[in-house]
Amino acid sequence: MSLTANSSRDTVPGSTTLWLESARKHRFALTLVFLLILPWLMPYEALAVNILIMGLYALGFNLVFGYTGLLSFGHAAFLGTGAYACGIAIATYGIGWFGGIVIGTAVATLTAAVMGVLAIRTRGIYFAMVTLALSMCVYYGLYQMQWLTGGENGLRGVNVKTISVLGLELPFINPTVKYYVVLAFVATAIWLFSRLLASPFGAVLEAIRENEERAKACGYDVARTKLVVFIISGAICGLAGALNALHLSIVPIETLHYTTSGQAVMMALLGGMGTFFGPFIGAATFLLIQDVASSMTNHWQLFVGMIFIGFVLFFPRGIWGSILHWLEGR
Amino acid sequence: MIGGFTLDLIALQLVTGVALGAIYVLLAIGLSLIFGLLNVVNFAHGAFFMVGAYVGVFLFGLTGNFWVSLVITPLMVGGLGLVVERFLVRPLYGRGIDYPLLLTFGLSYVMVEAVRITFGLTGLRLPTPPELRGAVNLGIGYFPLYRLFLIAFTGFIVAALWYFIERTRYGLIIRAGASDPEIVQVLGIDIARVWLVVFAIGTGVAGLSGILAAPLQGVTPEMGVPVLAEAFVVTVVGGMGSLGGAVIAGLLVGIVVAMTSLVAPDMAKVAIFTLMAVVLLVRPRGIMGRAGGMG
Repeated sequence: MSLTANSSRDTVPGSTTLWLESARKHRFALTLVFLLILPWLMPYEALAVNILIMGLYALGFNLVFGYTGLLSFGHAAFLGTGAYACGIAIATYGIGWFGGIVIGTAVATLTAAVMGVLAIRTRGIYFAMVTLALSMCVYYGLYQMQWLTGGENGLRGVNVKTISVLGLELPFINPTVKYYVVLAFVATAIWLFSRLLASPFGAVLEAIRENEERAKACGYDVARTKLVVFIISGAICGLAGALNALHLSIVPIETLHYTTSGQAVMMALLGGMGTFFGPFIGAATFLLIQDVASSMTNHWQLFVGMIFIGFVLFFPRGIWGSILHWLEGR
Repeated sequence: MIGGFTLDLIALQLVTGVALGAIYVLLAIGLSLIFGLLNVVNFAHGAFFMVGAYVGVFLFGLTGNFWVSLVITPLMVGGLGLVVERFLVRPLYGRGIDYPLLLTFGLSYVMVEAVRITFGLTGLRLPTPPELRGAVNLGIGYFPLYRLFLIAFTGFIVAALWYFIERTRYGLIIRAGASDPEIVQVLGIDIARVWLVVFAIGTGVAGLSGILAAPLQGVTPEMGVPVLAEAFVVTVVGGMGSLGGAVIAGLLVGIVVAMTSLVAPDMAKVAIFTLMAVVLLVRPRGIMGRAGGMG
């Protein structure tokens, strides 16, 4: 029933396992090193920024999907409301870029709280359908609020040309500067994420994923834990959305559509469900496939769909999950 | 007069809602049937709906006869369902309830792109059959004949499915398979074949709803995308795995859309999702859902 990919605790510790354990202990530092050099690995820097932001989005989603075992199809609502709130704050109300990010994250967190209260009432397979439907409610709602969101044309004019940090004026339109500014936020988020997983709360999540009834019997408030996880996950995805609004200068209405939720699902599965680093590998894979395939054909989604089907059938652990599994088995 | 609308207009809009609901009913029955037996949420259901519309247009172009297309389309889409169940969904049984869902989600991408490659990006049209053009006087006003046909035909399909499941030997096996697949297997029935057939019926009905909806809304590769979300709403409102629930909820959603369109056309889509939120708060398992059917 569970969709786990990382559980080495029941294997006999060999040298590889010990090495893996120490890598796991320093997972934040290792991920950060990868993200610091990512721009040099990519064909162009805008793609690196995309991977960074979508990786954060997939990471937030993975907290619910991979770590808690709840398949949500509504995370576009958090990416989208985060992006719209940040964009509206900047473009319409002239609030600064930092305020925009804070407002975006806060609004997404609130959205997650409302959706969570409704969706948590259902279990299992219902959860995917209900989260999808609720997020589509947000989609149609904001679609209709044309005066605020620009409707089907999306929100335009989220222009941030320079940002000032500690008295320094940084040109945000420079791709390298943009990448490392975004990385500062992403790094903070994944550091907190790593702390959360290492805390007793993280252990409760694992307990719920492995056996919900047992976790309940042990006295944990499963429903409340799920709600809290859902809200934290929404906050992370909202931050990703806010950063994306700054990155793209626009917020397309499709950001809110359930196909965007599906993207998080695809990236998390491609990278490795329930792994710390997997979402970034998944985002990089997904966006590179999109980048390469769309330059050759209009029908790149055909390849994405087939590759995804192949992973579901043959490599459900995902790329990073399979690598970890292989290392653990040695 | 209620809220500035005459009673006749409200009654007419009610019938419009029922006609709209007929499509939802067929969609939700297919979803519900597949879920009730196979425990699979078919995320490609909207794509099967879309393929049904395209197959309908294709067959109509070939034969020039709507009725022939109407009969053959569900068979062809159901045939596609057979292949999908046998080669893609079947390997995933026993591997966790989320996997078939993820697979069918990926499949919907492939199906939409395959249709775009075959039929192009621009929309197509399926003309209303000549016998069903025009409108009839219902006593409260004129109503399009095709929509009346839609209501009657859906009623016929629902009755036929009900008879098949509740009154025939095969239906007995299907119901037994839903309540305890292991015992059915022990009794010497090939349960895998039952699942295969049920998946084909479910997708075939989705294809049927596609060709039925085609004359009303036009045919595009993306037409199944919003439909999937709406079919989920109907299933959640009605209760997963319940035929009766699918019928009641489908009609209810259709009526809510029609009535909201009367007052505030822009809010029709929002209204059905609000309906779902209310049902979730008041009765999380849906109108006709079984108490234990949520796991």
